[in-house]
Amino acid sequence: MSSQPLLEFQALTFERDDWPLFSDLSGAIKAGEILQITGPNGCGKTTLLHILATIQPVNVGTLRWQGSDIGQCHQSYLADVAFIGHKPGLKLSLTPRENLQWLSKLQPLNRCTSAEALARIGLAGFEDMPCYTLSAGQLRRAALAVLCMTQARLWLLDEPLTALDVQGISDLETLLLAHVEQGGAVALSSHQALTNPAVRTLALDAVAEAQF
Amino acid sequence: MWQWFHKLGSPRWFYHISGKFLPWLALASVVLIVTGVVWGLAFAPQDARQGNSFRIIYIHVPASFLALAGYYVMAAAGAVGMIWKMKLADMVMVAAAPLGAALTFIALFTGAVWGKPTWGTYWIWDARITSMLVLLFLYIGIIALSRSFSTRETSARACAILALVGTVNIPIIYKSVDWWYTLHQPATIKMTGAPSMHPDMFKPLLVMILGFYCFYALVLLLNTRTEILLRESRTTWVKELAEPK
Amino acid sequence: MTTLSGAFFGVIHRDLSIAMRHRGDLLNPLFFFLIVVTLVPLGISPEPARLAAMAPGMIWISALLATLLALDNLFQADFADGSLVHLMLSPQPLWLLVLAKIIAHWLVTGLPVVLFSPLLGLMLSLPEAGFLPLILGLTLGTAVFSLLGAVGAALTVALHKGSVLLSLLVMPLYVPVLIFGTSAVQRAVDGMSYGGVMAMLAAASAFTLLIAPFAAAGALKVGING
Repeated sequence: MSSQPLLEFQALTFERDDWPLFSDLSGAIKAGEILQITGPNGCGKTTLLHILATIQPVNVGTLRWQGSDIGQCHQSYLADVAFIGHKPGLKLSLTPRENLQWLSKLQPLNRCTSAEALARIGLAGFEDMPCYTLSAGQLRRAALAVLCMTQARLWLLDEPLTALDVQGISDLETLLLAHVEQGGAVALSSHQALTNPAVRTLALDAVAEAQF
Repeated sequence: MWQWFHKLGSPRWFYHISGKFLPWLALASVVLIVTGVVWGLAFAPQDARQGNSFRIIYIHVPASFLALAGYYVMAAAGAVGMIWKMKLADMVMVAAAPLGAALTFIALFTGAVWGKPTWGTYWIWDARITSMLVLLFLYIGIIALSRSFSTRETSARACAILALVGTVNIPIIYKSVDWWYTLHQPATIKMTGAPSMHPDMFKPLLVMILGFYCFYALVLLLNTRTEILLRESRTTWVKELAEPK
Repeated sequence: MTTLSGAFFGVIHRDLSIAMRHRGDLLNPLFFFLIVVTLVPLGISPEPARLAAMAPGMIWISALLATLLALDNLFQADFADGSLVHLMLSPQPLWLLVLAKIIAHWLVTGLPVVLFSPLLGLMLSLPEAGFLPLILGLTLGTAVFSLLGAVGAALTVALHKGSVLLSLLVMPLYVPVLIFGTSAVQRAVDGMSYGGVMAMLAAASAFTLLIAPFAAAGALKVGING
C-alpha cells in the first residue's frame, strides 16, 4: 500500500446562509483505512461528503485525488468512487434487481452479479419485489448492494447505518473491513460510532468563525 | 493590467475606490438629468402631431435603453463571477437585477402614460411594450431565483446561468415579437421617430440618455457597496466601519 | 464496462419503465390539455367562426401550459429519492444522460399532446388546412419546450415550491416558439405558404437540441445544491 493518500482535502470552508458550517478543514483518506466523520446534527457531515464526492463544488480550499487536483482528473475520479447518500437512491417503482441493472449502466458494477450481491446483503428472495414494498431497512440493504458490485476504490457513505438492524450493521462492518483489506478506502458519516479499532475519526464539532 | 483585475476582485478595495468616485458620479448624474429634464420639458419645441405629450419620451427612451443594457451588464457580471469565481462580480450581478427591473417598470409605466393621450388607451400590445414586458419577466425570474438558494455561491451560479440563457434569447425574443407585431398591425405609429426627429428635440434626449447612464452607474455602485457590506459583515474592516468613532 | 450508448438507452429505458408503472400519471398533461380547450368555448363563445380565429393560439397555449405542468417530473422525482446523484456521479457525460431524460420525458408528455392536437383542432373548428402545420409545429415546439424547460427544471430542482418559479423562469424563453408555431398554423389557414416559418421553428429546435443538454447539465450541477 502506498503512503500517498488517495483523497486529500485542504482548507475546505463552507458557508450556509452566510454562516460558516466548517472552515479551514484539512485531512486525507489513505488506502486501507476507514475514516469516520462524526459530529452533532447540522454540523456539516453531509456537506463534507458531498464536497468529497464533488456533488457540491469546492468554493474555498483544494481537493486532490491521488496527488492531482480534482479538476484535472475528474472523470477518472468518478470511475473510482462510489457514493451512497442519505436517501437510498433507488427508484421505488422498480425492483432491486432492476435498480441495480440500471445503475450498472451508469457505473462499472461487475464484481459480481446483482443476484449475488442481493443475496450477500441479505435480500435473497426479494430481488423482484418492487422497492415500495420493502421496509426501510431492506431498502437500505438494497442500496448498499451496490458496494458488493462496485470496483471503485473509494467508498463515500452518508449515514449508511440508518434503518439497519443489528445484523445489518454487523454485515456492513464486515463488508467495509473486507474492502479496506483489499486496498480500498472508506469515508462515512455516522451518529453511532463504529467500534472497530481500525476506524479513524474526524470530528466536526467546533466551528471557528472566519477571521480576516 | 492583470494585477488591477485581481485587485478588482477584492470587495474591500472596491468599496474604498468606489467611495472616491461616488460624489463625481452623483454630480454628473444630477447635472445631466436636471439639464435634460428642464430642456426637454420646457424648452424643446412641440411635436406637430402629439403636442406636449410626446415629452414623456425624455424619460421613457433612456429608461428602456438602460433596462436592456442593464440586463447585459447583469449577465456579464454573472459570467465573470462564474468563470473567474470572483465574489465581487456576483455582488454586482445581484445589485444590477432589481435596478434593471425598476428601470423596465419605469419604461412600461411611462409608456402607458404616453399611450393615453396618443392612442387613447393606457396599454397596447405593440412590439416594444410587449418586449419590455417579457424583459420584466426575465428580471423578476432572476430576482426570485437569487432569493431561493441557501448558499451564496450556488445562488450566484444559478442566476448567472439563467442570465446567460436570457442573454442568448433576448435578441430572438425581440425579433420574434417585432415580427409578430407586424403580422397583426401593419399600420403602426412609430413610438420614437428618432431618425426623423428634429435635432432640437433630439439633443435633450441625448443629454437625458447620458444622464441616465450616469445615474445607472451611480445606483449600481451604491447597491453593490451595500451588498458588499451585507456579505462581508463579519469581517474586521466592516466592523470597524460600523463602529462609532 | 459502461458505454455511452448503454448509459443513454439505459436511462431512457429506466424512465419509460417507471412511467409505465404509473400509467395514470401519463394522462395528467393530456387531461389538462383537454380541460383548457374545453373551457375556451365556455368562457368565450361557442361560435365556430370565433373559435376558428382563436384555435391556433389556444391549442398552442394549452400545449405550452400542459408541458409546463409536466416539467416538474423531469428531475424532481429523482432528486426526492436520491437517485439524481447517481446520474451526476457517473463517468458518462452528464449532458448525454440529461438528454436521455428529456427524450424519455417528451415521449411521455409532449408526444401525447401532439397526437391529440388534431382532436382539439376539431373541437375548436380549426379549418382543415391548419391540421398538418399544427401537428408538425407542435412536434418541434413541444420538443423545444421540453429542452428549454429542462434548464429551468434543473435550476429549481432542489427548491421548495420550485414549480411556480419554474414557470416564471421559462416563460420568456417560450415566447418565440409560441409566436412561430401559431403563425405557421395561421398562415396555412389563411391560404399562405408556411414553409418559411416552419423552417424557423425547425432551426430553433435544432439549435436548442444542441445547446440545451449542456446548459441543463451545468444547471443541474448548480441546482442540486439548493
